[in-house]
Amino acid sequence: MSLLTLENVTLRFGGLVAVNNVSFHVGEGEVFSLVGPNGAGKSTVFNLISRFYDPAEGDIKFEDKSILKMQSDQVPSLGIARTFQNIELFEQSTVLQNLLVGRHRHRKSGLLAELFFAPKVRDEERRHRAVVEEVIDFLELQAYRDKYIAGLPYGVRKVVELARALATEPRILLLDEPASGLSVEETQDMIFWVEDIKKQMGVTVLMVEHDMNLVAAVSDRVLALADGKELAIGTSAEVQSHPAVIEAYLGTGGRIGDD
Amino acid sequence: MRFVFKRSYDADIKLFKHRPQALWYLALLAVMLALPWIIDEFFLGEATNVLIWAIAGMGLMLLVGHSGQASLGHAAFMAVGAYTNVNMMESGIPFILSLPLSGIIAGVVGVIVALPVLRLHGIYLAIATLAISVLTEDFIVILEPWTGGVIGLVAPPIDLFGYEMDRYGTPTAFYFLTLLVTLLVLFAYRNLLRAPLGRAFTALRDSEISAQAMGVNIMRTKATAFGLSCVAAGLAGALLGLFAGAFNHETFNLVLSIQLLLMIVIGGLGSIHGAFFGAIVIGFLPQFIAISRDGISNLFGLGSVTIPGIESGVFAVILISFILFEPLGIYGRWVKIRTYFELFPFYRKNMFKRQKSYLKTERMR
Ligand SMILES: Nc1ncnc2c1ncn2[C@@H]1O[C@H](COP(=O)(O)OP(=O)(O)OP(=O)(O)O)[C@@H](O)[C@H]1O
Ligand SMILES: [Mg+2]
Repeated sequence: MSLLTLENVTLRFGGLVAVNNVSFHVGEGEVFSLVGPNGAGKSTVFNLISRFYDPAEGDIKFEDKSILKMQSDQVPSLGIARTFQNIELFEQSTVLQNLLVGRHRHRKSGLLAELFFAPKVRDEERRHRAVVEEVIDFLELQAYRDKYIAGLPYGVRKVVELARALATEPRILLLDEPASGLSVEETQDMIFWVEDIKKQMGVTVLMVEHDMNLVAAVSDRVLALADGKELAIGTSAEVQSHPAVIEAYLGTGGRIGDD
Repeated sequence: MRFVFKRSYDADIKLFKHRPQALWYLALLAVMLALPWIIDEFFLGEATNVLIWAIAGMGLMLLVGHSGQASLGHAAFMAVGAYTNVNMMESGIPFILSLPLSGIIAGVVGVIVALPVLRLHGIYLAIATLAISVLTEDFIVILEPWTGGVIGLVAPPIDLFGYEMDRYGTPTAFYFLTLLVTLLVLFAYRNLLRAPLGRAFTALRDSEISAQAMGVNIMRTKATAFGLSCVAAGLAGALLGLFAGAFNHETFNLVLSIQLLLMIVIGGLGSIHGAFFGAIVIGFLPQFIAISRDGISNLFGLGSVTIPGIESGVFAVILISFILFEPLGIYGRWVKIRTYFELFPFYRKNMFKRQKSYLKTERMR
């Protein structure tokens, strides 16, 4: 079944068509990757799904219901979680607090109960914490639990951002370049994690990534974009050998997988 | 150095990190409770004053230090609290209701004002709230039937279940009243910070965009922060009105707003301790200046000369020195000193090199 669907979506920034009539759907339980040269419009697709921008044309559906009427802060309540290309963590908070913010969509208590820290708030806190601890164990962040983000190395921050998205208990996870800036070993970890997220947690993944090793290792299907337009869709091998894709990467002076 | 071995999630939920910490705060509370028998009436009045500053400071700290929204308009909400309270007391509403109500009304006014203003960021927000401050004085004069115009209002004595008290007649009772309000505000503040809403506030401060991606409604959360902040300001304003005995439009001028902001910057943004440290500095500074001025005058045999503007001058010097040398405020300095002793001799000079300004909220995508 299709979990997330884009239908003929177009977005313009002034004269620039960042996303040009793009359609694709991500099936439940699938790992779907977006690839393409810099400026292809991949992150913009994510920002459209997060409702940061309104598409000029087209529709975005979650489980066959349009999300275009929703505000961006309502999107997470559907079970859509994301990471950012340029890591957007809460710098002056600890890892634990960051992950607990991920629980915000499950908040049940009201203002008054929280001001008095009513027993039910305490119970909720314990439950949130239990979920967060599972994520911490899964991503091996135990050593960093009480560390402030501002003091963490880049690679760890990447993992914390993934952890925060997982703490929301998403149905679909949007990962914007999860492996960029990571070492070979860290990228290897990322491959295992994405596989586990799909297989063990049953979470659907939509991923933007330049590292073709990662893309090839985890993706069920791959969509190549260039200049906002779809070039090719299929398995990672099919897309990599597609003439239009090779052409697009040559046009930018690069080779697929470079970045 | 102390290692806290956490055995359950509650270790991170509890109000105190460990037993010795709880004991320290209990000792502090005991001192505060015994204060009327330790110091004389004059200094008890000063202590009351510091507590009132601390209440307002906690309000502003929640907004600026924890939610990252600037405000140069908080004197206005203190004014709302002060005038509402006295008006309600005079129309026969018992004090036990009028005090909390004046806080709540200030909070509601805060939310109404916040909704249009909080779309702005950083310096623009500061300017907009500055405008609120500037308008306040005029509004107070215009609303003469309720505010007494330029003449102002005189606070009636407080009647608490038949027990009459006022700041001069029963300074001890008034001190305890202020202490109680301080503790309640403190308790609510601490609770908030360990609950989802408090985390949403800090999330807003550090990254609006990802707060939103985690399901935090930016406008509603900002308005809540502003409203809660104004509740505390309103309570402090009501107490300030009673403490001053009489007040008019000049009590709540722009200088007060600036002093409030100074207070939390000096104290240390982003910590409740900072609000209290700042309150002590701001509360005692006029006394300190007066005493040292007299001292200097006597030393040089100048008699009692008054230098106009000396207070503002000293404030300015203190603030500028803090921003230059200790952006984390008094609390930040205290944490550094404590860490130095805990880690002795392993303290590294760059240990705390990660500070960033909290007033910056303008970062998008
Ligand atoms: N807010 C914006 N305003 C104007 N133009 C924008 C904006 N955001 C993106 N663009 C432009 O839209 C195009 C697509 O950008 P996008 O960030 O989606 O690329 P990308 O595929 O994620 O590239 P990269 O691999 O470098 O991350 C680029 O030309 C970019 O300059
Ligand atoms: Mg991108």
